[in-house]
Amino acid sequence: MSENEINRGRRRFLTATTAVVGAAGAGLAAIPFIQSWQPSARARVVGGPIKVNIAPLEPGQLLRETWRGQTVGILRRTEVMLQNLGEVENRLSDPDSMKDQQPAYIDNQSRALKPEYLVLVMICTHLGCIPELVSEVGPQPYDENWLGGFYCPCHKSKFDLAGRVYKGVPAPLNLKVPPYRYIDDRTVEIGVDPEQIS
Amino acid sequence: MKHQTNATGKRHPQPTSWSAMSKSAYVVLFALLTVVSSQIVAAESASLLSVDINVRDTAALQRGVRTFNDYCLGCHGADYMRYKRIASDLNINEGQIEARLLPPGREMTDALKSSLQPEAAKQLFGAVPPNLSLSARARGADWLYTYMLTFYRDDSTASGWNNLTFPNAAMPHAMWDLQGVQELAQHAESTTATDTQAHGHADITAGLKLIEPGLQSPEDYRRTVKDLVTFMVYLSEPAQLQRSAMGPWVLLFLVLFTLLAWILKREYWRDVH
Amino acid sequence: MATPANSMRSTASKVGYWVDQRLPISSLWRDHMSHYYAAKNFNFWYYFGSLSLLALVIQLVSGIFLTMFYKPDAAEAFASVEYIMRDVPFGWLIRYIHSTGASAFFLVVYLHMFRAMLYGSYRTPRELIWIFGMLIYLVLMAEAFLGYVLPWGQMSYWGAQVIISLFGAIPDLGFISGDALVEWIRGDFSVSDATLNRFFALHVVALPLSLLMLVLLHITALHQVGSNNPDGIEIKNNKDATGKPVDGIAFHPYYTVKDLFGVGVFLILFAFIIFFAPDGGGLLLEHDNFVPANPLVTPAHIKPVWYFTPFFAILKAVPDKLGGVIVMGAAVMVLFFLPWLDRSPVKSIRYKGWLSKLALGLFVISFIRLGMLGMGQGTPAQLLESQVWTIVYFAYFISLLIIPRFESTKPVPDRVTSSH
Repeated sequence: MSENEINRGRRRFLTATTAVVGAAGAGLAAIPFIQSWQPSARARVVGGPIKVNIAPLEPGQLLRETWRGQTVGILRRTEVMLQNLGEVENRLSDPDSMKDQQPAYIDNQSRALKPEYLVLVMICTHLGCIPELVSEVGPQPYDENWLGGFYCPCHKSKFDLAGRVYKGVPAPLNLKVPPYRYIDDRTVEIGVDPEQIS
Repeated sequence: MKHQTNATGKRHPQPTSWSAMSKSAYVVLFALLTVVSSQIVAAESASLLSVDINVRDTAALQRGVRTFNDYCLGCHGADYMRYKRIASDLNINEGQIEARLLPPGREMTDALKSSLQPEAAKQLFGAVPPNLSLSARARGADWLYTYMLTFYRDDSTASGWNNLTFPNAAMPHAMWDLQGVQELAQHAESTTATDTQAHGHADITAGLKLIEPGLQSPEDYRRTVKDLVTFMVYLSEPAQLQRSAMGPWVLLFLVLFTLLAWILKREYWRDVH
Repeated sequence: MATPANSMRSTASKVGYWVDQRLPISSLWRDHMSHYYAAKNFNFWYYFGSLSLLALVIQLVSGIFLTMFYKPDAAEAFASVEYIMRDVPFGWLIRYIHSTGASAFFLVVYLHMFRAMLYGSYRTPRELIWIFGMLIYLVLMAEAFLGYVLPWGQMSYWGAQVIISLFGAIPDLGFISGDALVEWIRGDFSVSDATLNRFFALHVVALPLSLLMLVLLHITALHQVGSNNPDGIEIKNNKDATGKPVDGIAFHPYYTVKDLFGVGVFLILFAFIIFFAPDGGGLLLEHDNFVPANPLVTPAHIKPVWYFTPFFAILKAVPDKLGGVIVMGAAVMVLFFLPWLDRSPVKSIRYKGWLSKLALGLFVISFIRLGMLGMGQGTPAQLLESQVWTIVYFAYFISLLIIPRFESTKPVPDRVTSSH
């Protein structure tokens, strides 16, 4: 056997090329398996838009619905509640809703299509608990100057009545606003953008 | 036990031509056996008409889904399929589906359910009409095609209809208005598929004659049924559209990889003498 | 001066050294890859060992993913398979990989077993390798049967009914009877949800674990004695001064790159079936299995999947329930005894006489032909033919005992013959 006949460079090149192509193949083959974990067609159907009748809501009342297995709250805000939104802004971490937690067509301060009705995904942006509505204004164990808002019992995160997160709490982001539209004055459809009217 | 390690000078005896001979022998043998085997299994499907289905023919699928909707969904369901998927796979916009196919009160995300209640169906036909989602895979396209062509009038059955492909089927001829009414031809009992094939001109439908024309000519009706079967083939495995689209790329990649592996192997094996 | 690349390399080698002190990675690599010597004249038939291993890995990976979507519940199983085929992203691909993989697994295992018969790979000192291999084959058959039941279609259901009923052939022995055994396996008075549920557990946990263990034993035993070769020569008997067999080449890189090429060809064929003929014209996925299980109606034509049909034909060839089961069982079990039945002084078919070659050829034909007859309708002519080939099948094992008594063999060289 003649060792000197061996072209080591060619061998290294071929080995590397085959290895790279093989690794690329393995990577491509992994895609279907990784993709299979995505929500299935059935999950997407079950997670389709829901229609909610908001006519029975009294001012100050919160209605809970389930959309895609998530709790969505619809709060009919009073005039006082809406006024208080401006009062707390210096205590919030993202008062102008600059972070991408709501569809583009949502107003930045009231965080709603119509200020009177707030539609929120009621899932704390910290670790996924459901914050409760505490609408009474006045001192609370967790806040002496409480002006009403959402309070998460799990880790004491606080949000105002537009779902905007307070400074100095574990939750990093405002509560999410889902895509929704008004079908008429009494019906909200959650899960569809307004322009998507077919 | 005698050990035949050869101490003699005879080294490297050619291992005879056995390996070369055996290879070709096996190939011939295998080919022969395969031919014979197809006869063992093929016997039962000899009498069916054969139909050439192309599931990528979107126009045929679109015609087929209308026929399916108008003539099948009345009694049968296709519970594993949703309107929404038909819209995207068959290139029909959702508005058209809602206007043309979707029954009132149903959503695009609903499955293709029958409008007939199972209880009512049982009273009507004596059995609940089967879910058609998979019938093209269970029966085959040829069977479905032949079945829809071989209904004939038969006063001895409960429905007044009978079928050459599926004798005494509980199902009446749903598309008779299109095809018209057929009757068993004279001497039809003896006109089995093998007989007609021996004559070399006719098929299973030769045993039937049209006694009352339908809305469509026999040629048009065959085309309608073919489109319907095309849709049902798609319905039985909607993923086949993705499957056949993906396949060539996967093969191309694998051929490239194999070629590389072969070159690499040849390079290393230059050491081996 | 240490360049970043250099320092990275030395860090890597430090980590490597640290691990190697604690885990025998490099010695394992040495013993089983870079310094494991195999004869240099492996031919076509030697691809199927590594391909069997690949098939096992494919089945494990695709199977694990299928269990994430499948429901082992008689009321939901069939629909959950359609859910995989239609709703799960790429579920159809994963399912076809698994269903095609089962057939591919059997194909490469059959070819691998044929190789052993061709070159006497089961002979001394490789009997244990053969025994472990046969155990793998047995477990594989059980695994395939159980997996076939899971889609809960008509063939699943009635296949389970028929195969479980085979145990009913056991006569009442006092402490156990066939009927009691059948009931115990089903866990009910008919094949039912309970049966499906336990079959699922066996299919996804118990049998894959035993397969893995047996494969480990199979390979360990192989590497203890070394691989056979087409000449049936012990390459360890002829070593050079460094202790390396003269006719041997290192498994890595020579056979790793060769097997890689084999893997490529295999995957091309495999992918072709998956993407263009996943039901194999009813051979790989049977038409009747697209009809949900119905305990009230038996399909007109019940037959197992192709890899079982040779034994199914043998079962049908014997016109007696218990007799058929015994003969069918014997057809599998007799393979275990090959190392002791084969009395030829030479291992490889290359150095046996023409009679031995004829016997092996007839054996192969009988196996393939029985496989075809097992798919047939069972007409009297087919039944008669099955009986003839059943006799040929068993005659092979007797011929292994008898032919060497008078057949003269060719002299075996002491160096392997080159294949190129």
